[in-house]
Amino acid sequence: MELILSLGIGVLTGSGVWLLLRPRTFQVIIGLCLLSYAVNLFIFSTGGLRTGAAAILQRGEAGTLANYADPLPQALTLTAIVISFATTALLLVVLLASRGLTGTDHVDGRERDR
Amino acid sequence: MIGWMDHLVIAPIVVPMLAGAAMILAGDRRRRLVVGIGGVSLALIMALAIALLLRAQVPEVRIYRLGDWPTLFGIVLVTDRLSALMLVLTACLGLAAFLFSLAKWQRAGVYFHPLFQFQLMGLNGAFLTGDLFNLFVFFEVMLAASYGMALHGSGVARVRAGLHYLTINLVASLLFLVGVSVVYGIAGTLNMADLAARIPLVAVEDRGLVEAGLAVMGVAFLIKAAMWPLGFWLPGTYAAAAAPAAAILSILSKVGIYAILRVWLLLFGPEAGASAGFGADWLLVGGLLTIAFGGIAVLATQDLPRLAGASVLVSSGTLLAAIGTGQAAVTGGALYYLAGSVLAIGALFLLIELAERAREVGADVLAVTREAMGPGEEEEEAEAEETGVAIPGILAILGLSFMACALLLAGLPPLSGFLAKFAILSPLLGTAPAPIPTTTWLLMVALILSGLATLIAMARAGIAVFWVGQASRVPRVRVVELAPVLLLLALSGALTLGGGPALAYMQATADQLHAPGDYLRAVLGARAVLTGGTP
Repeated sequence: MELILSLGIGVLTGSGVWLLLRPRTFQVIIGLCLLSYAVNLFIFSTGGLRTGAAAILQRGEAGTLANYADPLPQALTLTAIVISFATTALLLVVLLASRGLTGTDHVDGRERDR
Repeated sequence: MIGWMDHLVIAPIVVPMLAGAAMILAGDRRRRLVVGIGGVSLALIMALAIALLLRAQVPEVRIYRLGDWPTLFGIVLVTDRLSALMLVLTACLGLAAFLFSLAKWQRAGVYFHPLFQFQLMGLNGAFLTGDLFNLFVFFEVMLAASYGMALHGSGVARVRAGLHYLTINLVASLLFLVGVSVVYGIAGTLNMADLAARIPLVAVEDRGLVEAGLAVMGVAFLIKAAMWPLGFWLPGTYAAAAAPAAAILSILSKVGIYAILRVWLLLFGPEAGASAGFGADWLLVGGLLTIAFGGIAVLATQDLPRLAGASVLVSSGTLLAAIGTGQAAVTGGALYYLAGSVLAIGALFLLIELAERAREVGADVLAVTREAMGPGEEEEEAEAEETGVAIPGILAILGLSFMACALLLAGLPPLSGFLAKFAILSPLLGTAPAPIPTTTWLLMVALILSGLATLIAMARAGIAVFWVGQASRVPRVRVVELAPVLLLLALSGALTLGGGPALAYMQATADQLHAPGDYLRAVLGARAVLTGGTP
């Protein structure tokens, strides 16, 4: 479980960083998306990993704090998702504006001289 | 137990939020109403900030529990001297930029005023919060509004610079999140005071992880503060932004400095056990490199807006290096420098737009912008207003203001820039152990050389604009555009004249920051009071 999650986060981060460093705006956006997924998973994992556990109460057990899933990382992830979603949408608009104004999808607004 | 005065703490966040929302409801077309709401909101923010500053004179730190939740479950807002100071600076700069935008920049695009209010909300929130994740949220509010502000007026240059600005800040936000979650994973809390209390107790094997998490978070702050090599985005973005937007953006880099001051001094102060002073060398060396880079950038730039952007870099570097020395007396000087440089750089950004008009470069850009935005009737209205009052002797006033900005930024007497540099350097030499460390010498050299570089560059630019360029037409400047510049410069002047009390306040602030015991007691003590007092 831990291994799969770590690998997932690692692969997402690696791909995200690689895409972020590419010269096309669309690649940059996809890179940012992948990075934000990785970060969301990472935040989520800080609450500790349990498989097959109930979120709040276990059947047939008295409710103790030990059985609770930590709610704070979930709240943080939710906030982070909303914020990164909104900013990515804004970035898409800026990307389109940049494409329209400069006529190229290069991040610097002009093709590099070859 | 809580009087109405205590509720004032949250008002600097609520007022701009409500004002911004009301502006959106009113619609962008009813400009008089929108401007009226904005004016009322800014007047309220200013009054609140001053009230909080007056309340912050006492040594105790005041906290405000949102929703009256017990401290560690809910979020707390904290007002101490530093946050009150930053609120007042934001309000001054906000007022100036708001007045300036009334002349014409508000017409260069849609929804300038609501974005402006949300920007103020984010700034005020970031200065008040006592919780790391809440700090992230207010950072995002502030940044989301600043993206709109940086792009305000559209045009190729702004969109290109805005794209870089957006991408870099999104990455910085992700780094912030990674840092926050690592810290939460180990320490189990995000309340800054609680975290500070737990840092010394962290197990040895986890210490590296916590420090790494906080370092990652620090990188996010340093990107905001534009430390070399994380600050290449800054001059281009600020130069491309519309003048009032650039003025308010210029305090965003100070938010990074504020976050470092707050979090670093709280968590890695002398009481932090094994982690005390973690990262001080990085701040010092990074600050020195930033000053060097900023100084070279100041000398190398040809156009005025980039010159102002480069001087933001110099001031960031100076602050970082001064904080990195880790002495309370130096931090006091640095805070005085911060106040002066916020006012001076804000005035410079506004002034540049007026001065560029004499060279007809800015006028061209604005004309293109108007064309792109297109609404014909608005253009006529603007033209009609532009033929209104023109101030005589405008070049003389602009030239003198520019000179004042140059003196402030270069740190020459008699203005506050000189006092600030003196206040930073004097304790460095006065309290240092017998062999003065190399970094102190380097800092002195860097401060003096960067002042010289600023002076040369500003003198060159001033000659080009006000002496050589006089053959071109006299710029038409309206009172409402000149007043904010003069207001900011007058405030700088007041800071100079009241140097004694101001420095005393800054020193008290620095002492409070370097001995976070009060802060911890205020935040964590409230928990004890509450658990004892409620059933």
